[in-house]
Amino acid sequence: METKFALAGIDYLIMVVYFIFVLGIGWALKKYMKNASAFLEAGRSMPAWVAGLAFISTNLGALEVMGMTGSGLKYGMLTTHFYWVGAIPAMLFLALFMMRFYYGSKARSVPEYLKLRFNEKTRGLNAILFAVMTVLASGISMYALAILLENVLGWNFNVSLLASAAIVLAYTYLGGLSSAIYNEVLQFFIIVIGLLPMTILVLSDVGGWGGLQSSLAPIVESKGYAADTWTTTWKYTSTESGNPLGVAWYGIFAGLGFVLSFGYWCTNFLIVQRAMAAESMTAARKVPLIGAIPKMFIPFLIIVPGIAALVLLNDPTKGFVLPVNETGQPIYDYTIIMLLKQYLPAGVLGLGVTALLASFMSGMAGNVSAFNTVWTYDIYQSYIRPTTSDHESDDRHYLKVGRIATIFGVVVSIGAAYVASKFGNIMDFLQTIFSMINAPLFAVIFLGMFWKRSTGNAAFTGLLAGFSVALLHHGLTQPEGAATLVKGGWLGVIHTYPVEMAQNFWTAIFAFTTSTVLTIVISLLSKRTKSDEELNGLVYSMTPRLNDNDVKWHQRPWFLATIVGVICIVLTVLFW
Amino acid sequence: MLDIRFPIGLMFSIFGVLITIYGLATMGNEAMYVRSLNVNVNLVSGICMTVFGVIMLLLSEPVKKMFRK
Repeated sequence: METKFALAGIDYLIMVVYFIFVLGIGWALKKYMKNASAFLEAGRSMPAWVAGLAFISTNLGALEVMGMTGSGLKYGMLTTHFYWVGAIPAMLFLALFMMRFYYGSKARSVPEYLKLRFNEKTRGLNAILFAVMTVLASGISMYALAILLENVLGWNFNVSLLASAAIVLAYTYLGGLSSAIYNEVLQFFIIVIGLLPMTILVLSDVGGWGGLQSSLAPIVESKGYAADTWTTTWKYTSTESGNPLGVAWYGIFAGLGFVLSFGYWCTNFLIVQRAMAAESMTAARKVPLIGAIPKMFIPFLIIVPGIAALVLLNDPTKGFVLPVNETGQPIYDYTIIMLLKQYLPAGVLGLGVTALLASFMSGMAGNVSAFNTVWTYDIYQSYIRPTTSDHESDDRHYLKVGRIATIFGVVVSIGAAYVASKFGNIMDFLQTIFSMINAPLFAVIFLGMFWKRSTGNAAFTGLLAGFSVALLHHGLTQPEGAATLVKGGWLGVIHTYPVEMAQNFWTAIFAFTTSTVLTIVISLLSKRTKSDEELNGLVYSMTPRLNDNDVKWHQRPWFLATIVGVICIVLTVLFW
Repeated sequence: MLDIRFPIGLMFSIFGVLITIYGLATMGNEAMYVRSLNVNVNLVSGICMTVFGVIMLLLSEPVKKMFRK
């Protein structure tokens, strides 16, 4: 069956209009980029709703969109655990308890917070790992997009890779973080509006939610699961073997709900940077909450169509097929683009493909704008050229460095994309390894913010040990049927997990626990190096409580957080 | 600085008008819309996008300022 398709003139026209707008926004912001702070921190001037939508949009990269639809097909509604028990509680925690320290400490990045709270070496370790991780991530997503466009639309791999990188480079170079953020808001609307017609059509084709449930039952039963496993979330999580994730409720709760999600949402500078660009303390605390509202409903946009695709695949009359790889396995990540092709005629199809391009750009611009900030402030300014007494010339200098870092970040990402195209396994492996830094980082930042006794040496050791344990765990375990050492077991196999997801969860749990225990023990054994005064604004117990008395009750973070929490619980119960 | 509602509104108005016109032009082409369950999805989305774009434009500072004058 043919899995390639071509676009019509109208589709290209829509794409061109979109390109003109993203570049135009960068151009319009160029005149405001007078100093390093405007370029790298958006001058801390973003309204809460703008930063909030950017916050969610930068996470909604191409790999997220493609991967979540594919996961919908593979795991059904259990994929929503990444949202309702994963992202949302972590975003609430970030907003209510952590943002005031990130924002109030005047740190310009997460590594810089580590420097203020702990010491230089903890910052250095985090900054370097983060810089490598962001460039790898943007290279891998660039590769994924270009290969998708080549396989499905027949576009030239090199042209789509270089052109998409050039557009992102142009608008982030012109307008810095402001341009990345504004474009992320625009891209958010394109992603939602571009994918929505496909979501509605696929769902009505399978007879709505009820029709989906009944058509799935025989398919899921033939896989050896209970009939409604693909349309429920917690129902079959009492055992590991009862659900396709291969993880029971406690693993989901601890691994995904706590360690992985808090690690990602509360410490990843790529995400936190959006909230740090807000115009005020109240706005900064509201950013993750505003982002949480659309985040809760994104599963309906991208996961549910993936679940419906399982029905289509099993119904020969629909003529729906997925492209296959060299070994004849269907490529699940291509589910979304094949669904777009299946349901959308020329016109809206162009908008759907533009939505995928927009998701790629929002993710990549996020990586680039976080990379140039960490490079300029945490690596260049700390180790290569410290500030001098001449603030004005310093500022001009760091603005220039920020701009060069933007180009450098994109060029290295392109290099990473080509490495991924030749040695995909190595890149997957590196990304897995670097993603392991989040769980220990969360342990260290959490203890730093809420326990004044934690010390710099303890934090550094905790971070390093947590990372090493994650590596060790990955090296000693592997998922069932793993064909390559990239999936783990490169030191020998002492345990086999039913699926890769389970292995990831437990890697994070082990790393987090090691980091926490070690940081606590070493802190208790070592002398405090920071006085109570120095910790003001950095540690919970040393910082005066914020009161929101001057903010109207319906605009207070706690009020917004309650609404988000209630909706999230209702969704969880509805799809239990 | 820039009110992002303005470019968003303008872009979706352009998308909306383009796709609505395309939907009208392809109205008789039933074969083309078999895949979208016999709905002229261009016409429907086009109109919705135009409405969304115009609302965003009306909410944006540059347009509000124009009306005030």
